[in-house]
Amino acid sequence: MGQASHEELYRGMLRIRRFEETVLEQFPRGEFYGTTHTYIGQEADAVGVLHWLNAEDIVVSNHRCHGHFLAYGGSMHGLAAELMGRASGVCGGRGGSQHLQWRAFYANGILGGTVPLATGMALAEKLAASGRIIFSFIGDGTLGEGVVYESFNMAALWQLPVLFVVENNRYAQSTPIERNLAGTIEGRFEAFGIPVDTVETTDVLTILESAQKAIARVRSGTGPAALVIQTYRFAPHSKGDDTRDPAEIERYRELDPLTIHAERIEPAERSRIEQDVEQEVAAAFEAARADPPADPGTITPALVEAP
Amino acid sequence: MTSVLERLNQGLLACLQASGQVVVLGEDLVDPYGGAFKVTHGLSTRFPERVLGSPVSEAGIVGIGVGLALRGFRPVVEIMFGDFLMLAGDQLLNHAAKLRWMSNDQVTVPLVVRTPMGGRRGYGPTHSQSLEKHFLGAPGLRTVALTALGDPAQQLEQAVLRNDDPLLFVEHKLLYALQAGLELPEFDLQQDGRRYPAYHLRLRGAPPPALTLAAYGYSAELARQAIFDLAYQYEIFADLVVPTQLSPFDDPPLLESLSQTGRLLTVEEGSTRLGWGAECVARMTERLGPNLRAVRVGAAETPIPAAGSLEAATLPQVEDILDAARRLAGSP
Repeated sequence: MGQASHEELYRGMLRIRRFEETVLEQFPRGEFYGTTHTYIGQEADAVGVLHWLNAEDIVVSNHRCHGHFLAYGGSMHGLAAELMGRASGVCGGRGGSQHLQWRAFYANGILGGTVPLATGMALAEKLAASGRIIFSFIGDGTLGEGVVYESFNMAALWQLPVLFVVENNRYAQSTPIERNLAGTIEGRFEAFGIPVDTVETTDVLTILESAQKAIARVRSGTGPAALVIQTYRFAPHSKGDDTRDPAEIERYRELDPLTIHAERIEPAERSRIEQDVEQEVAAAFEAARADPPADPGTITPALVEAP
Repeated sequence: MTSVLERLNQGLLACLQASGQVVVLGEDLVDPYGGAFKVTHGLSTRFPERVLGSPVSEAGIVGIGVGLALRGFRPVVEIMFGDFLMLAGDQLLNHAAKLRWMSNDQVTVPLVVRTPMGGRRGYGPTHSQSLEKHFLGAPGLRTVALTALGDPAQQLEQAVLRNDDPLLFVEHKLLYALQAGLELPEFDLQQDGRRYPAYHLRLRGAPPPALTLAAYGYSAELARQAIFDLAYQYEIFADLVVPTQLSPFDDPPLLESLSQTGRLLTVEEGSTRLGWGAECVARMTERLGPNLRAVRVGAAETPIPAAGSLEAATLPQVEDILDAARRLAGSP
């Protein structure tokens, strides 16, 4: 993967931003099932880290997966359709917002439970000598789950090719990190001898650079690495459940990754990108809306083989 | 004689030899120790890269098994005692059992989790349980119970090499020392040819049976002793049906015998409340209606004690089966 152009990065982040904003705007219209967890404010993480993804690499995501999915290359139409319970959804409407599966992209809504999966995938790729690496995205809240540490231990012990990306958005649902986390995030990796870098930024260029180093380390075959990104989400945990101080959110708005990066792009070019993305997002939701709902007649048994 | 344990060991070796995709993972299974019950003994010496000793991390290793399975391997994860399966419950039920289906059938999870279950060895409350009943109701997870009838190696090879679903393979500890493929000259033994077969036993030359016993795992050994005693001590003749696939539940093996006897006695080592026997009775009642009478035998509704005298009182014994069978046979 070569150097990223400013325009490409801006487009990548804006696609996620506008997709997620559209989801939140349209949720009250009753077009989506269940709930959702948007990525607004964290766009630079997915775009910066996954810029270095090779076509065959594997991404394991979590409940807040839309941004990772779009940055991975997933279809915006397929994602909108999945949220709307359409047959054309990424998983035919079976998974919904937090259970996405496409090519080598895997997301699951159980916090922490995906980390041993990612570690097992890394073991598989190491045994197969495929050269693929695994990107395992978790958040600060997930650090409360015990199986995460079992996985860090085995990933380090067996020198597995997995990059753990911790997006610390400072809140586990409603609980601030100060009330959730003893010690430090870095200390958790250091305890297992996993090299860890931290970036205190929402600037996609800084994330890009740090991610490149961490990923190079993983690709070198010496074992896992970790990247901690200190970030912030502007939107609620899911939809209407925000109890944070509005003044705090406003302060972080100054660190909006799109605002920071927009200044690097010629206004005319920026405007063109924005128009493109508006059209792409509108078309994705419009197409999904027109698709037929998932058909109960297509439900398959839970086991491959009949008795 | 070849023991069940030896055949399981040979079966795992055959799986490793047959397919480079088979990976065996678990605690303390590397030689010279070779596993707490020695099922994996010698395997790590033959296949050091694919037989991996793990830290004490049951949730982690089952999750690693899921990850391996998603990426094209056929992992076999050993959980040292079935009691510890609860630590891996999230991995089994929220990940392994769902991933294929919720991805709209885009992936498969050919994972086998093997584990010794059961008591009668004085290991006490947390190393003696038969916890499989808690997993039997989960869609997307197949549960198979080892039996000494037939060939344990074949049962395992079927599960590991020719199965694309997550599968829980339950091995009662007391089966390990028994002879594999028991020779039973007093019985007619039939196997129904299913992928995970059910076995049907009847005393050779006996009159038509008055009742049907259903049991799996080591309980099937107790039930087999019981139908022998029922015949020779009480002149009550019974069939015994021994399924190996517990979940999904398969009606025909039981139905065939019950359509003749109309009386069902289930024997399980787990507690009976909301258990396997309860499902047998419910399923057969749905099929046979008022023509069915049923009794369940199982463990007491307490934890399993360590002291031999107490343990024997809480787990079902041959005597309990005989008492229940006589009540059932004598009832109008």
